[in-house]
Amino acid sequence: MSSTEVSKIEELANKEYKYGFVSEIEADSLPNGLNEDIIRQLSAIKKEPEFMLEWRLKAYKHWLTMKEPHWANVKYPPVNYQAISYYSAPKKKPTLKSLDEVDPELLEVYEKLGISLDEQKRLTGVAVDAVFDSVSVATTFKDKLNELGIIFCSFSEAVQNHPELVKKYLGSVVPYTDNYYATLNSAVFSDGSFAYIPKGVRCPMELSTYFRINAANTGQFERTLIVAEEGSYVSYLEGCTAPMRDENQLHAAVVELVALDDAQIKYSTVQNWYPGDKNGKGGIYNFVTKRGACRGVNSKISWTQVETGSAITWKYPSCILQGDNSIGEFYSVAMTNNLQQADTGTKMIHLGKNTKSTIISKGISAGKSQNSYRGLVKIAKKAENARNFSQCDSLLLGDKCGAHTFPYLEINNPGAKVEHEATTSKIGEDQIFYLNQRGISTEDAIGLIVNGYCKEVLAELPMEFAVEATKLLSVSLEGSVG
Amino acid sequence: MLEIKNLHAGIEGNEILKGIDLKVNAGEVHAIMGPNGSGKSTLAQVLAGKEEYEVTQGEVTYKGKNLLDLAPEDRAREGVFLAFQYPVEIPGVSNTNLLKTALNEIRKYRGEEELDTMEFLSLIKEKMKLVELDQKFMSRAVNEGFSGGEKKRNEIFQMAVIQPKLAILDETDSGLDIDALKIVANGVSKLRSKDNATILVTHYQRLLNYIVPDFVHVLYQGKIVKSGGKELALALEEKGYDWIKNENMKEAVTQ
Repeated sequence: MSSTEVSKIEELANKEYKYGFVSEIEADSLPNGLNEDIIRQLSAIKKEPEFMLEWRLKAYKHWLTMKEPHWANVKYPPVNYQAISYYSAPKKKPTLKSLDEVDPELLEVYEKLGISLDEQKRLTGVAVDAVFDSVSVATTFKDKLNELGIIFCSFSEAVQNHPELVKKYLGSVVPYTDNYYATLNSAVFSDGSFAYIPKGVRCPMELSTYFRINAANTGQFERTLIVAEEGSYVSYLEGCTAPMRDENQLHAAVVELVALDDAQIKYSTVQNWYPGDKNGKGGIYNFVTKRGACRGVNSKISWTQVETGSAITWKYPSCILQGDNSIGEFYSVAMTNNLQQADTGTKMIHLGKNTKSTIISKGISAGKSQNSYRGLVKIAKKAENARNFSQCDSLLLGDKCGAHTFPYLEINNPGAKVEHEATTSKIGEDQIFYLNQRGISTEDAIGLIVNGYCKEVLAELPMEFAVEATKLLSVSLEGSVG
Repeated sequence: MLEIKNLHAGIEGNEILKGIDLKVNAGEVHAIMGPNGSGKSTLAQVLAGKEEYEVTQGEVTYKGKNLLDLAPEDRAREGVFLAFQYPVEIPGVSNTNLLKTALNEIRKYRGEEELDTMEFLSLIKEKMKLVELDQKFMSRAVNEGFSGGEKKRNEIFQMAVIQPKLAILDETDSGLDIDALKIVANGVSKLRSKDNATILVTHYQRLLNYIVPDFVHVLYQGKIVKSGGKELALALEEKGYDWIKNENMKEAVTQ
């Protein structure tokens, strides 16, 4: 990258900071309901270019022809799409004077997760003093990325400042016609994240929504697009292990990843949105479409997820292995407790030669929850010498929960080698007693056993994230031992 | 240290222990012998607090406290250690992780400071020598894929790290070849002190060649029917358990 290009990006970055997203959030909310007019207004508020509006409208028209899918192994009352406001200026959370004003139950959870006091304040909306200046952290972070030509900004900013990139890649992995929720998202998405890693650049730090100012209120229809140019590498962290209280019940996000020749994208998620109470009241419906395209030769995309939140999870982070020798990986821990329902898994679509995929899925069910793994491995006719290994394990705590596995295999090339292993186990009384006898309480014993069971997946998470995820698993299981 | 009075216990309505009396003082090693099904392992499990066993009568006092009132983890924290006859496998949990968690939980309970990683590592390095375990062993998952001998050595190694006041070894000698038996016995002997006590539950006399007990008790049909010194074990070896069975029969007849 030439120095003029670098300075241009810097200039744009500075511009964004001054006039971008920050001023836009002053706009008013739109009334409840969904129609063409609403979408036009939404696009206008966001001062979007024409192509963006057209795309949204095409998606909306297509959505009207679609039916809500009901094939997943989850049950919930119908969602009223006309009762949702598709644009509301992020609510300014009331600023509290001190942590004394915060729900003590929430603080207790933060304590157990080992979240620092300053961080607790930030999460709960307590005015933060100068010690923890998240703005300055984020700014230093941005400067460093700018130097390398990496673009990392909100989706709205990307639409304003990099329309050519957005136009080129938006919908190229998850087309607006893809599925009911993705189509709805395409019509009404409010904001999200955008990352672009130029050719040959290895992103020197984990990109995280955490460091993006204004990222907290991206709303219920989030859109993420990550493009890794030839020979580049990026590790992206989504979410935060601290529990997030959210007013929106339906979340329908879309994540698209594009990896070109020799590029690598590592995408890690910790999801712990509000799961509802013990009786299944409240909680988020998390209907997400996540897909990555290994478009170039030797490219690689890895999804790692730790899912402990939401009342209902419907999520299949997938890889399209288009480039020869490309690699797709999916590492997942899905934990459900109380009345939570999760139907999650992956799709590995092998199109190129010598493509490889690995699926490691660990389901943990407790309480009266239902936990399903649903996965597709598809080997196209031309995908010579394709390889897949899948391992789907289920762990049951108690006898009122359920674990289900739905593996689908479509093999159209006789040279493919596909392996599938599945196990279902229970935490043994004997294991718990053994640990008790070593001085470890039953709750800690279960935490140890569960973390041991998830080890292969947790090992894929970036270090710090893994430490928090480990604690999160234990906290999420609290009270699940009778 | 430990006093068992008229202990009756069973599982699912079947009474297995039918009135056990036993007193163990600090510094002593007691061997509990008996034929299969006499209740030896049940006694070990009841003392450790396994929930499936129901205590129907009697009392157990440990260091002046009612042991039966304590949760299994609190018994462990108070210094009761059970070396399991069949140590369980815990996939994905390394030996290091288990021991560090265990040791620090116990220290916390006693109001002692938790060990940091460096202190912990030097402690386990020292204790590993005792049972001739390899360093590699520590990163392996607890008992997973261990041979029978490795599992038993691991139990004694854990005991060495935890340093209990009262150690109950449940058939630690079973399934060990003679070399492994020597290593295990050696480890146990080295851990003997005037402050702690050991209860050896065993079927065979051969372990007692290496760990010389102060007292030997014979358990038969849920009761201690004979107690004596180490020579009792030798007599048993010579005459077999039929000797005890016959003696009991005679007694029953005369009664």
